[in-house]
Amino acid sequence: MSSTLNNEVLGSTSSWQPHDGLLLEVDGLEVEFRTREGVAKAINGVSFDLREGETLAILGESGSGKSVTAQAVMGILDSPPGFVTGGEVRYCGEDILAMSDERRRTIRGPEISMVFQDALSSLNPVFPVGWQIAEMFRQHRGMNKSNALAEAVRLMERVQIPGAAQRVKAYPHQFSGGMRQRIMIAMAIALDPAVLIADEPTTALDVTVQAQIMQLLEELQAERRMGLILITHDLGVVADVADRIAVMYAGRIVEYADVFDLYAQPAHPYTKGLLESIPRLDRKGETLASIGGLPPNLMQIPPGCPFNPRCNYAQDICREQRPELYEVGHHRRSACHFADQLVRGQEPPLTRRRDQLEGGVRP
Amino acid sequence: MGKYVLRRLLQMVPVLIGTTFLIYVMVFALGDPTAGRCGERPCPANYVAKFKADYNLDEPLLVQYALYMGDVLRGDLGTNFFGNSVSEELIARWPTTAKLASIALVFEVVIGVSAGVLAGIRRGRFMDHLVTVSTLFVISIPVFVIGSVLQLVFGVRLGIFPVTATQGTWSQLILPGFVLGSISIAYVSRLTRTSLVENLRADYVRTAKAKGLKPSRAVGVHTLRNSLIPVVTFIGADFGGLLGGAIVTERIFNVNGVGGFLYRSIQQKDGVSVVGTVVCLVVVYLVVNLIVDLFYGVLDPRITHD
Amino acid sequence: MTEPLTAQEVSGAAGALVPATRAADEGRSLWSDAWADLRRNPFFWVSAVLIAVFLVMAAFPQLFTSTDPYFADLAHAREKPSAEAWFGYDGQGHDVYARTIYGARSSILVGVFATLFTLVIGSLFGILAGYSGGSLDALLSRLGDIFFAIPLLLGGILILYTFPSDLETPYLVVVGKVVLALGLLGWPNIARLMRSSVLQVKPNDYVQAARALGASPGRIILSHILPNSLAAVIVVSTINLGAYIAAEATLSYLGIGLQPPAISWGLAISEASGIGLIRAAPHMLLFPSIFLSLTVLAFIMLGDAVRDALDPKLR
Repeated sequence: MSSTLNNEVLGSTSSWQPHDGLLLEVDGLEVEFRTREGVAKAINGVSFDLREGETLAILGESGSGKSVTAQAVMGILDSPPGFVTGGEVRYCGEDILAMSDERRRTIRGPEISMVFQDALSSLNPVFPVGWQIAEMFRQHRGMNKSNALAEAVRLMERVQIPGAAQRVKAYPHQFSGGMRQRIMIAMAIALDPAVLIADEPTTALDVTVQAQIMQLLEELQAERRMGLILITHDLGVVADVADRIAVMYAGRIVEYADVFDLYAQPAHPYTKGLLESIPRLDRKGETLASIGGLPPNLMQIPPGCPFNPRCNYAQDICREQRPELYEVGHHRRSACHFADQLVRGQEPPLTRRRDQLEGGVRP
Repeated sequence: MGKYVLRRLLQMVPVLIGTTFLIYVMVFALGDPTAGRCGERPCPANYVAKFKADYNLDEPLLVQYALYMGDVLRGDLGTNFFGNSVSEELIARWPTTAKLASIALVFEVVIGVSAGVLAGIRRGRFMDHLVTVSTLFVISIPVFVIGSVLQLVFGVRLGIFPVTATQGTWSQLILPGFVLGSISIAYVSRLTRTSLVENLRADYVRTAKAKGLKPSRAVGVHTLRNSLIPVVTFIGADFGGLLGGAIVTERIFNVNGVGGFLYRSIQQKDGVSVVGTVVCLVVVYLVVNLIVDLFYGVLDPRITHD
Repeated sequence: MTEPLTAQEVSGAAGALVPATRAADEGRSLWSDAWADLRRNPFFWVSAVLIAVFLVMAAFPQLFTSTDPYFADLAHAREKPSAEAWFGYDGQGHDVYARTIYGARSSILVGVFATLFTLVIGSLFGILAGYSGGSLDALLSRLGDIFFAIPLLLGGILILYTFPSDLETPYLVVVGKVVLALGLLGWPNIARLMRSSVLQVKPNDYVQAARALGASPGRIILSHILPNSLAAVIVVSTINLGAYIAAEATLSYLGIGLQPPAISWGLAISEASGIGLIRAAPHMLLFPSIFLSLTVLAFIMLGDAVRDALDPKLR
């Protein structure tokens, strides 16, 4: 590899080329966790794709399987207990789940990379931050120490860390939360990956810092035409940046739509519930809605629609038959028996009042 | 780092004073300091009087202690009733004990850490169970039993190693060094395993994997460095045990070191030598602990870089 | 040497075993989960049976042998094991089997009482330091540091050397001295554990609420602090009990712990380990060594099993 590597010439170092702009295709992914207590079906057939320059948000509560999906795509699931039991993850057309570990490792980092939620625990506490960024260049590009450190400084400057050249030798605990997350991002974009997965990148941060980090991610994405997968539980974060949204529940995608369509008219009761639970200035004085109950135990996912114990519109069919992810419009799918009605803005008959659900329904 | 060193030094001073004071009070104020100084018989009155004068025992306790510590710091640990200076006895013998302790430490670190790493990365498999069970047995067998049995098997029966190590050469000290380190080897490997298993689950190891690092690098560089921090602390704290074990080991293999000297002094009821040697060993232990603490600061930047 | 656990291990165990925000009912399930776990662990049963056997042996040695351990017949000295004397005879012609059985008492007495001593003093000082804070805390903590800085065996030698025993000293007094020496050097271990447990629990809302409602310190300690530290203290004490037994044997082996005519495994091994004797009569060394090691093993194994049960994530 040439030592005059120039990150500004995007994509020039990669032998991977997307087909028709399609970077990543996840197809029928299944993951389970085998524990002493039993088998938890964490992911049950998840499919989505990602194009160059596109931002896909994966939205869900904790335990919905969004982070597990990301880890399975990255190939960093803890195994045991986690096992990929089905499906394909294609990067530029090639199934990376079928690759040898060694070949897959050359994709992880240089092609697909990841930013984690808690930068303090995700950065190694005993090595200087510059060293940790430089490690990418040294291990994947065979660069020597001083060049790699120079690259690290350049990246730290790019993610707007003040005094980068002086702080390159500092340790993670000496930075603020926002700065640490910037370092995490610098490390993730070091080798100019085509896909960046950000797993709750702002959850651990103050609100003002959250906005700065999201802005940085947006800039970097635009500059490098990266495909960005943004994993979050926070609808507010998603609205400004995402192109498309996949809403996950109990290890399945329950709604998949362009961001404006989804906000305009959710096609799944769960999404509807999530939107209604956001405080809004224009609805002052109304009671804030919330979704009652708890997400299901992944070892005993209820039969039929997994959301039925918490759904206000649940009918007999919902308890008996699991809805497919129906095509309900352009670029738009929903896993609800009443999706057609919902997408047209009609409300199916209410089958229970919200207060009946308080206190939680956990099978 | 400089501030950290200074702080640790300042913290050590009160412990050092407290510890030596405690020992002093016990031996000179609570006990009968002339007990056993004259062999099996009680000491004659004129000897007791001279002793009291020599050790300032008629002064107030704090003054006595200060005068005694002054002597110790000047390297004077007293003269035993054979008329030999205890410091000279110790100076002549410490190289042998240092050799023995270094051999034990090398075994401890090399065997202990590798066994712990092997068990940790093969958690739940055969290697892990083997290490867990075998270390449990080693921990349970007191040093003097391990020593006597290994001496019987490898020295007396098989003749692979010399039965005794009277001259204290490196080759003679291999078996005694292994015996001395044996229990610590077991502790180090267990601690390394536990610490590694814990760290392998850490977020930063997941990051290392996500960076596409080779598994050997993710474990060997990113995990091991963190896992060794408690191991280093243990080795420091365990150094006291090593010194105690040296008394036993040197007795078994007839090593003419500090431990053997202490053992013989106990047998001969040579009080000046016993107290002087123990004070000296405790101070060595504290200093080693300080060094380990400083090294700990190097290993874990969270402590030194505030 | 078998030292008791270091401070790092202790605080590690405390942190791992006792999550700070544990509510009372979770506490119950911690114990019932641990018990369910223990029941399935063969190590637990092996160690429990061994400990039971050694406890009975210490209390009623005559159940195991009718031979008088003090009876010596020089004509049989150093005879190898035979049908009459299963473990052979020692240097003075004592029956090794009988002496090995009777040796259990010293080890168990020292182990149990040294552990109790450290538990009582350690808990008292630890709770006092953690609960009161301020200068009393500083004083007790520094005092603990000082005792902690003296290695067990070196300190034991020093204490027992200063207060020597001889042939006329009654058995229980000799045992008491060893107990006192080990206990004096061992208490900071438990005190640190207790103190950190108190500091962990004290800021919790439910403790603050209990204090605000006027609960007495005694009540808070009994109902909040002790349950929180119990798991770690049990584990550490069980393992230390094994370590104290080993330390007693080592001190006796060095000729400074128990003294003849007391019967102790350490003394027996000391007597058997002259180089000439090892060659001529290895059985004198072997049998007391096996019993001693099994006893220490049993306690350490029990402590390990309990720790694994209480902290399953480390398995």
